[in-house]
Amino acid sequence: MKKTPVVLRGRKVVGGVAEGEALVTRETISGWGGINPMQGTVIETRHELRGQSFKDKVLVFRGAKGSSGWSVIFHTARLAGTAPKAMVFNEMTTKVALGAVVMRIPSVTDLDRDPLDVIETGDWVKVDGDTGTVEVTKKSQIEIVGASSARDSSVDQKQRSRAKLAPTGP
Amino acid sequence: MRLTDHEKAMLDGREGKGKQKAMELLVRYAEALDCDRFVDTTNVAGVPGSTTPFLANYYKDWPGGPDKIFSYFDLDSTELVDVPRVTTHSCHLQAGYDPDNWRLLGATPEAAELSRSSEAYAVDHGIKILKTCTPYLAGNVPKPGEHCAWMESSAVIYCNSVLGARTNTEGRESTSAAMLTGKIPDWGLHRDECRFGTHRIDAELPIESIMDWGMLGYFVGDAVLEHIPVLTGISGAPDLVRYKHFGAAAASSGGVELYHIVGVTPEAQTEIMAFGPNAPRENFQYGAAERRRTYEMLNATAKDTNVDYVMLGCPHAAVEQIEEACRLLAGRKISENCDLWIFTSRAVRAQADAAGYTKIILNAGGHVLTDTCSAIGHALPPGTKVAALDSAKQVHYLPAMMGIEAWFGTTEDCINAALTGRWTGDLR
Repeated sequence: MKKTPVVLRGRKVVGGVAEGEALVTRETISGWGGINPMQGTVIETRHELRGQSFKDKVLVFRGAKGSSGWSVIFHTARLAGTAPKAMVFNEMTTKVALGAVVMRIPSVTDLDRDPLDVIETGDWVKVDGDTGTVEVTKKSQIEIVGASSARDSSVDQKQRSRAKLAPTGP
Repeated sequence: MRLTDHEKAMLDGREGKGKQKAMELLVRYAEALDCDRFVDTTNVAGVPGSTTPFLANYYKDWPGGPDKIFSYFDLDSTELVDVPRVTTHSCHLQAGYDPDNWRLLGATPEAAELSRSSEAYAVDHGIKILKTCTPYLAGNVPKPGEHCAWMESSAVIYCNSVLGARTNTEGRESTSAAMLTGKIPDWGLHRDECRFGTHRIDAELPIESIMDWGMLGYFVGDAVLEHIPVLTGISGAPDLVRYKHFGAAAASSGGVELYHIVGVTPEAQTEIMAFGPNAPRENFQYGAAERRRTYEMLNATAKDTNVDYVMLGCPHAAVEQIEEACRLLAGRKISENCDLWIFTSRAVRAQADAAGYTKIILNAGGHVLTDTCSAIGHALPPGTKVAALDSAKQVHYLPAMMGIEAWFGTTEDCINAALTGRWTGDLR
């Protein structure tokens, strides 16, 4: 069965191309005090993603809130090797813009459809920051493909997630 | 981007590698914002070059001396640069450890030494050492309309809303780059058209105590997230301390950077002035039910009424709040099972020292500490399981960061907990 990714078009925040499994939340995310950069997990009390890891995921979320330490904490996550692979978000703020820049990960916003309506946790998402496009392969389709080809998709996913590095300069 | 000749010169490296890398970072940041120009900033507040054990260890084997952290981390440069003195009015916010009390705060000698050397580095580069989240209580009070580049969400919201100056919530990397260049993206709250209200909040109850203002702030941030609330139904201007607690809360539960209170704050003499061309996207009522729900959210982690730690001073205490703590202690000693730490700026502690308040707190068994707080410094008295706090902001962060329970209430509830070791606060 042929996969037909859904394509969303938006605007570049940070260039580069990366793909991975989506982690999706309609809630905003705090950096400092909201995540643990050493573990790559959300820690905020009462957050729907509390305890979940964003390491190597494509983080799909509403936007940033809270402390001005947003960029420092996600920057630290990059150094600690726990950063997401890419970001797709709705609400532009200085926090999330600077965070995306210093994480050096492909990031896209201002999409032609609400990514929170289209993308679910577990979907496979490819983010092309340079062209501002987001390709979504639904989890249900991944499962169908997985059933007919390789039951153990972990090797396949590792290969697919070997993303290009984002550029380090302007 | 549309750059001035001076901006181009800096970007081309004609004013040295340090300013060049700072401009490169600012250009990447402006492009991420889809912003095509910079504004000159005359007031920058950040944490330049501040070093933690993690950063010191991470860059241990990277080439370079004292400029390493500023080059690789603050400027996100892959090259080491010679960092020049700052070119615009710049101050250092909270970071590191109280130089007189780092042992009490649980810092290792290594961490205390990093705190000292980071401070010396900032001084060498012309940065004023305020070491507080409340620069506006420590001598840095921007003028109405002044373009600032501030970190610290509770200071940003105060700067915009109460003082009528202009700043987005900047980060460490953007403020460090702004200190070297005097430039920041001309985006968001720097622009007239982005400062009008978007949501209306009608307070149906009188908002009086510091706790009331903290709860209202927490409700507002949760309701409007990163948007601009306009508050109606508020009779009488809050004092500085209430503004401080309200703003800190709204910037924690949400991402509020500017609010207006009709008839009170400088850009909201009338409701028409506050909303400008905007029609409110949503209206919220804050009544008894919302107040109760907010109180319960703030006390979501608390179960055990045995309190072993009371922390005041988030955001850093004004001298009136330290005076209030002294009055509530009334010459009594705090429980042996409980610690009391009050955090403030060095400037305010100097006032507290002069007034004898620091000594009163010490005689009661508590401490007045500077430079940090429990959340920023990950600093708790050993064995802390349950804290009591009078700050909605601190109770939002501290339990999640440190894995403890925390109660939220009035300053008086907190001092009573320190005296008895028991939480007896409630929504009154």
